[in-house]
Amino acid sequence: MSVLEDIKQAVINGNPPKVKEFTEKALAGGLNPNDVINEGLIGGMSIIGVKFKNNEVYVPEVLIAARAMHAGMGVIKPLLAGGDIQSKGTFVIGTVKGDLHDIGKNLVIMMLEGAGFKVIDLGIDVPTEKFVQAIKEHKPQIVGLSALLTTTMTQMKSTVEELKPYRNSIKVMIGGAPVTERFAEEIGADAYAPDAATAVEIATELLAS
Amino acid sequence: MLVVGELINSTRKAIAQALEQRDKAYLQDLARCQVESGAQIIDVNAAAGGNEVDNMKWLVEIVQEAVEVPLCVDSPNALAMEAGLSMCREKAMLNSITAENRRWNELLPVVQKYRPRVIALCMGDGAMPETTLDRLREAEKLVPGLVAAGIPLEDIYLDPLIKPLGVNTQFAMEAIESTRALRQEYPGVHIICGLSNVSYGLPERRLLNRAFMVMAISAGMDAFIMDPLDQPMMSLLAAAKALVGQDEYCLEYISGVRAGKFKAG
Repeated sequence: MSVLEDIKQAVINGNPPKVKEFTEKALAGGLNPNDVINEGLIGGMSIIGVKFKNNEVYVPEVLIAARAMHAGMGVIKPLLAGGDIQSKGTFVIGTVKGDLHDIGKNLVIMMLEGAGFKVIDLGIDVPTEKFVQAIKEHKPQIVGLSALLTTTMTQMKSTVEELKPYRNSIKVMIGGAPVTERFAEEIGADAYAPDAATAVEIATELLAS
Repeated sequence: MLVVGELINSTRKAIAQALEQRDKAYLQDLARCQVESGAQIIDVNAAAGGNEVDNMKWLVEIVQEAVEVPLCVDSPNALAMEAGLSMCREKAMLNSITAENRRWNELLPVVQKYRPRVIALCMGDGAMPETTLDRLREAEKLVPGLVAAGIPLEDIYLDPLIKPLGVNTQFAMEAIESTRALRQEYPGVHIICGLSNVSYGLPERRLLNRAFMVMAISAGMDAFIMDPLDQPMMSLLAAAKALVGQDEYCLEYISGVRAGKFKAG
């Protein structure tokens, strides 16, 4: 088995010491750090993502795999110029104003990072101005809004409206328990994701479009 | 031990569809089944899919046609809440108020007007509660505030907020410890929760829900928003109620077993 395959497997198994060991070995062997990330670490996480979507693995197992992946990232980061990992794209995310829920949003972040996105997490109770500020500062390709309450879906709608001037450069994705595909269409969001694993698939499609 | 039947909730796909198509027979049947299975209150949520106020009114009307028990009007929106409560024949339950400034201010007049039983989530502005102390701090605002609004202690249902165990293995015990502390601090109020949150992201969810329910009952929880059609769960609830000494001479348990309602397996 190649060392990249070893890394991948250790991520899937959720074993941080092994991931660290194989990552070090891969780098010592002269492999390109970005290849180690993309084919090894992210490769493992994407398999976990698919299994999660199919109900073959569960939230705690995804958390363990993410922890293992970070053990490998920790080895590679100091080696990269400026500490920058080549990312697939930048994703700004937050739970809209008036809504304090973060569990769903955090799962989405974990899956996005696992898929190689650079994620800027604005946290909970995020007013539109803060999204705008983050768009200017981080130049994301995608902005994700989360809402867990039917009342804050109204806020989601107005945030999407206020983001209009920036829509040339960004796509807007929404999600959260009460949110539906139809609601996304109604308020003019680009996409809706019903769960964290699908969010990654859709974000990847949006990048390509 | 109070059972609020949770099934008529528009965030469930089948219900959203039934609401949209005005499928009265289906929804009424679901209300009846829940009552026959032991639900003492029927939750009605019409929040998903827009037109919440109209949908809520219609839902309250048709569910009341089908069953005698009180309804639990479920919405974070003050207008839909008022619309639902205004149509309830008898004292309803309000699901739910919080100590968040805006939600409190919007819903308080509705609480004062209809004097329903009130589910109060132990959360305020800023962030979701994490510790027992966070929850006690919110309860310190909620309980006196509701009493001042004319709600007697026995009509207050504090919800400690249950977070998913799959995300953090301390979340279930955090809720149990909070329940114990709330029970000690406010012996006169009820403590309620939505059971299924605890098992989010994990397999065989009902198994965890059942175990958590028993633990919560022993910590002082006495009301559940749950699926009353889950017969093993209802059996376990009756057994746990007897075990915490709230079923005199275990008669409810005995008669339920005789009637074939409660079974070991």
